[in-house]
Amino acid sequence: MINETLLMNGYGLYVWSAFAFTLLNFVTLYFVIKIQYNRERNKFIAKFGTLNSERAAFAKSQSINKEILSNISSI
Amino acid sequence: MFKYFEPNKIFSVTSKAPKYVLILFIVVLSIGLVEALILSPEDYKQSHSVRIMYVHVPAAWISLGIFSTITFLSIVGYIFKIRNFFLISKSLAPSGFVFNVIALVTGSIWGKPTWGTWWAWDARITSMLILALFYALYLVAWRIYEDKDKAFKITTIITILGIINVPIIKYSVDWWNTLHQPASINILSKSSIHVSMLFPLMIMTAAFALFSLLIFLMKYNTELIKIKNKGLNRL
Repeated sequence: MINETLLMNGYGLYVWSAFAFTLLNFVTLYFVIKIQYNRERNKFIAKFGTLNSERAAFAKSQSINKEILSNISSI
Repeated sequence: MFKYFEPNKIFSVTSKAPKYVLILFIVVLSIGLVEALILSPEDYKQSHSVRIMYVHVPAAWISLGIFSTITFLSIVGYIFKIRNFFLISKSLAPSGFVFNVIALVTGSIWGKPTWGTWWAWDARITSMLILALFYALYLVAWRIYEDKDKAFKITTIITILGIINVPIIKYSVDWWNTLHQPASINILSKSSIHVSMLFPLMIMTAAFALFSLLIFLMKYNTELIKIKNKGLNRL
């Protein structure tokens, strides 16, 4: 059963390599986008930290900024 | 109506959604892989090599679907000056491009045992390659043009030119003699594919669609935070 699933009448190499290529692309794309997301989010948090209290209060009044700050580990 | 497409409103949903989409994607993909690799039957002609269909066909469908969506959003966004539509289009493009590459490479892998060659300048394959070039042009245009208005214009032109290729891809198997077989699945008429193969194909398509949704949400959130970073600079 295991041998049949792996070898697939001699087509195993083609089938498994097609699926492996697909999954490898998924994992790579996921991590590339995740790294980009983390980089921008960290930049946002760092910039927010440098704002004085008046500007920080103004920035925080915008709902989208509040969302970004509250979703630190959303993904 | 367009106020519902404002980034502020959308972000409150898109920031929370990725983790749930990721879980759902893993569940659906696991079911799809078991169905595609173990439970589905082999083909009487192609034997087990037919299993490549379960990654090749959904990837091709979704890359075509994403390009059509990008074109629609770019045109509507350009006409009605809805910047958020460009942001959505830009966020959809990476997964569309990757699915296009997957369709080309898995098609090439499938071609070797089926046709005896890795590559042929067949109408369907060539038109899919042209679509990949349009995707690449679209992504490069966003990187090249700093001026947003210019980027909106150029990317809209690229999508309009690229969309001409989409019906060519779809009907290439009917219009020319190609190595590809005609479509086995028809929405309007009876499909020629057996349900035991159709079911895993649909599950894998759902999994791929969920993956493109996940990537879209993550990329869209990244783009919104990028805009907000620029906003903080101006405070």
